[in-house]
Amino acid sequence: MDAIVYNNVCKKYKNAKAYAVDHVNANIHEGEFVTILGASGCGKTTLLKMTNRLIESDEGTITVSGKEIKSLDPVELRRHVGYVIQQIGLFPHMTIAQNIEVRLELLHVDKKNYKEIVDGLLRKVALNPDDFRDRYPSQLSGGQQQRVGLARALAGNPKVMLLDEPFGAIDAITRRSMQKELKRLHEENKRTFLLVTHDIDEAFLLGDRVMVMNEGHLLQFDTPETIIDHPADEFVKTLVESSRESSYFYMRG
Amino acid sequence: MWEYLQRRPEKILVPLIEHIELVVITLVISLVIASFLSLLALRFPKLQAVFDRLFTIIYSIPSLALFVLMIPVTGLGQTTAIIVLTLYNQYLLIKNFTTGINEVDPSIVEAAKGIGMDFFQILTKVQIPLAKRSLFAGIRLAVVSTIGIGTIAASINAGGLGTLLFDGLRTMNLNKIYWGVLLSAGLAIVMNGLLKVVENKC
Repeated sequence: MDAIVYNNVCKKYKNAKAYAVDHVNANIHEGEFVTILGASGCGKTTLLKMTNRLIESDEGTITVSGKEIKSLDPVELRRHVGYVIQQIGLFPHMTIAQNIEVRLELLHVDKKNYKEIVDGLLRKVALNPDDFRDRYPSQLSGGQQQRVGLARALAGNPKVMLLDEPFGAIDAITRRSMQKELKRLHEENKRTFLLVTHDIDEAFLLGDRVMVMNEGHLLQFDTPETIIDHPADEFVKTLVESSRESSYFYMRG
Repeated sequence: MWEYLQRRPEKILVPLIEHIELVVITLVISLVIASFLSLLALRFPKLQAVFDRLFTIIYSIPSLALFVLMIPVTGLGQTTAIIVLTLYNQYLLIKNFTTGINEVDPSIVEAAKGIGMDFFQILTKVQIPLAKRSLFAGIRLAVVSTIGIGTIAASINAGGLGTLLFDGLRTMNLNKIYWGVLLSAGLAIVMNGLLKVVENKC
């Protein structure tokens, strides 16, 4: 079964001339790691946010785990889909443990299991629970904060994870190691990951398949290898060529 | 001064108690109404501009004029005073409440929404705790303003510390004036301090 299905999905913002997302069709398989690649304003974040209804689509249908999302309560939908954003958005007045527990509470998890689950999640994102459980977000580095952001999104074991430029605000060195860890995290659990990025290397390194978007259109949706060897059009070709010199590009192969 | 207090304690203590009563009742009613209206303004952002305009106009009416304006409707006395003071407080409270909540970092609110909190959960678990300073600033402002404007309410027979001031002026009784000034200022400082303690406990 497909984890996410986009069927003729469109979005046009008020007062905008063109579609932000223009008739996008795509099937994302269960357990797949898909990255959405495009420049800012190409509609990639809009497409992602329509998936958990932070933005409502205008036309077309989106199906998540076999259910048409418009038929679900948006709050309930978001509780069962992991969501990570670039700004991280940890709650500054709560400890690291409380930041994760808040989501468990929304999912009505039994309170006596909190500690075990929180510790497990922190370990999963390579943070020592004893060191971090009781600290506040402001005492953590950006990279550590985003690990907590990931742990919070993973709470409740969502089948689908949506990540909006999760490493966009993180320094280059930390970003590299976190990308690898994210890949490992995905391989361990085989959840469906959908990650938005404007970084070509990140998109090709992480994605089993890559959606290339421009001006609201989905130009190509294929494996990195196919996109490199057979770019769908001039735009994709230029994009691929612009990253030729990149070391990542070869690391993968 | 002390001698006056010892000779006629009721002349000073009764107005003080009346004043505290006026302030506490006004504050409780103001908070209930302002919380409700702020909630509406947050849920329906278009209302925010409406409330803002309405209560700015009311707030700009001088207090004595508004007291007098209300007399034909609700008569002389404490009720009129409470209504007027509550109206003034709406401006201070709603403005501080809504701006405080709206100023919470949007990415934190988006994260809260993204992990599946509904409107009230975002409000109570995230926005209110993070806007605490601004919320309490509004309440403290309302308290101090109520204590101050409340003295003028004596002119419409609402009692309170204003009676000391007005009577003192009329009869040139300096003792009354001193006590009136001292107690209204003292009350404002004490209430302000108490609210700071409550804020830190929250």
